[in-house]
Amino acid sequence: MENYLLVYRAEYSAMPKATPEQAEAMTKRWMDWIAGINSQNKLVDRGNRLENTTGKVVKPNNVVTNGPFAEIKESIGGYSIIKAKSYIEAMEIAKGCPILSVGGNVEIREVSKL
Amino acid sequence: MNNTELIPHLFRTEYRKIVSVLCKRFGFEQIEIAEDIASETFLTAYQVWSLNSIPPNPVAWLYNVAKNKAKNQLQRNHLFNSKIAAELKNNLVVTEVEIDLSPKNINDSQLQMMFAICHPSIPAEAQIGLSLRILCGFGIEEIADAFLSNKETINKRLFRAKEKLRDEKIKIEFPHETEINKRLETVLITIYLLFTEGYYSVSQNTLIRKDLCFEAIRLCNMLVENEATNKPQVNALLSLMYFHASRFDARIDKNGEPVLYEEQNTNLWDTDLISKGAYFLNLSAIGNKISKYHLEAAIAYYNTQKEDTKQKWENILQLYNQLLQLEYSPIAALNRTFALSRANSKEEAIHEAEKLKLTTNHFYFMLLGELYTTIDTKKAKLNFNKALVLAKTTSDKKAIQNKISKLG
Amino acid sequence: MEEFALIMRHEDGKKVASPEQIQTWMKQTMDWIGGIAAQGKFVSGTGLPFDDAKTVVAKNANKIVTNGPFGEIKETIGGFIVVKANTVDEAVEFAKGCPVLQGDGNSVEVRKIARADGMH
Repeated sequence: MENYLLVYRAEYSAMPKATPEQAEAMTKRWMDWIAGINSQNKLVDRGNRLENTTGKVVKPNNVVTNGPFAEIKESIGGYSIIKAKSYIEAMEIAKGCPILSVGGNVEIREVSKL
Repeated sequence: MNNTELIPHLFRTEYRKIVSVLCKRFGFEQIEIAEDIASETFLTAYQVWSLNSIPPNPVAWLYNVAKNKAKNQLQRNHLFNSKIAAELKNNLVVTEVEIDLSPKNINDSQLQMMFAICHPSIPAEAQIGLSLRILCGFGIEEIADAFLSNKETINKRLFRAKEKLRDEKIKIEFPHETEINKRLETVLITIYLLFTEGYYSVSQNTLIRKDLCFEAIRLCNMLVENEATNKPQVNALLSLMYFHASRFDARIDKNGEPVLYEEQNTNLWDTDLISKGAYFLNLSAIGNKISKYHLEAAIAYYNTQKEDTKQKWENILQLYNQLLQLEYSPIAALNRTFALSRANSKEEAIHEAEKLKLTTNHFYFMLLGELYTTIDTKKAKLNFNKALVLAKTTSDKKAIQNKISKLG
Repeated sequence: MEEFALIMRHEDGKKVASPEQIQTWMKQTMDWIGGIAAQGKFVSGTGLPFDDAKTVVAKNANKIVTNGPFGEIKETIGGFIVVKANTVDEAVEFAKGCPVLQGDGNSVEVRKIARADGMH
């Protein structure tokens, strides 16, 4: 069993603003998906959602720019940590992630102890 | 040992055993009765042994008397009806009320009592107080002395704690396999607090303080000796306590004043305790979970190595880096910064120290004073003076004055 | 007090670092985190291996993309920590101390953690 970090990315700026019903439906999908992982005893850290409209990027020599990291069009929306026997298993879990349905993606990285 | 020393000594060692066994037998609701029986046993011992002589086997004598008193008590009240009669109804063959004071049952009962007392539902101070009373056989006055409190306060505290345990219907039993690690956490915290109470206590009574430390060690040893509770973090805690305790005699000078680490006479360090610390540190290195006790034990180990190498300080620094991630504390932050000054540089440490902003803590200004000492005498003096203002005890103030005068 | 994620990115994860460089980098990172923890501002952290060959991305329920010499993934997350700070500028000050910034194309992204609402 290893721990895997799931990083959720999507092109948030290009997304149309969700109606309250759509937002609620999306929340439910996320909660169900996370709960599913939890019930398999594979959820290590529920993780966090990151605010999309704000952010800074710090570069060498104390250069600071605004906004989420913009060198690719998708920005990070959040992350979680799960445990699985292998990348294959982690992939299977990631395939159920709601972000995929809005054109986003899930990066999977094995976690090492800091 | 004559009469006047023997009974207090036996009280310390046997009271808790008798109470634990009786409590286990009759349940926590009867804890007052258990304590009464135990106390009466010692009262009887005092009376009888003063008139006659001390029996050849004092402990066996005490146990016999305790058993008889317990049986009398049982037969005398409805306890017999509610507990024993109920057992009879369930077809359990009970020919006699048996109080089992065998070594095994004594050990088991005490351990189970430990889990019952160190229960998260009662406040930490009360856990320590009850532990001292029931697990360590301390008198109320001794406990009051250790806490710099008075008898009434302690009695009230213990009374409320016992009530709480009764109300919550805490059972005296081993927690289930799945629960053990979680419940152990609370027990270890209590033991650690007990040790810290003795180690850092401002009580003037050095003997009591040493006692507290060694009682904490004894309780932890009980956990280590029992298979169900012999976990890595328990060994780590035991290791760290042995390491700290090894310097007990070197920490205080003839006048009862604290002696700083750098100035301690290392000949007064107890090498036997250091070996024990190392022994348990090794045993704790099992499994893949690092607890804060592991980190503190490793740091304590390095503190028993007097050589002042950069590598030693680098090791200590990394241990503090990890410890602070697990659990923040101002003392750890200050110690980490000191290690940083030795492992990296004083300048870097000063830079980091200024960010800590622990401005109500006199140790903070002492650290800054220390760090500025060979770098900026004016700033060093400034910080030592701030420390002086905040320091509370005369011995602390004296130590700071010393530092200021050394600056010239 | 808010919480902020500090996401460390390095440009070319395939650049082979010598064991000494890795050791130095590790010490610097531990010291940096220790410094934040000493201020009582550390919440949590995760290290990720340098080996980017294992970065895997699920793009939709079927398509899996792995990193390679011509892979689509240009940014490489080296790890992240979560810190406490009153303002984003305070968090930025923490970020400035991150050892990853010693490398030219590297960066630390600072993002505020959103209120827990079950949604990502």
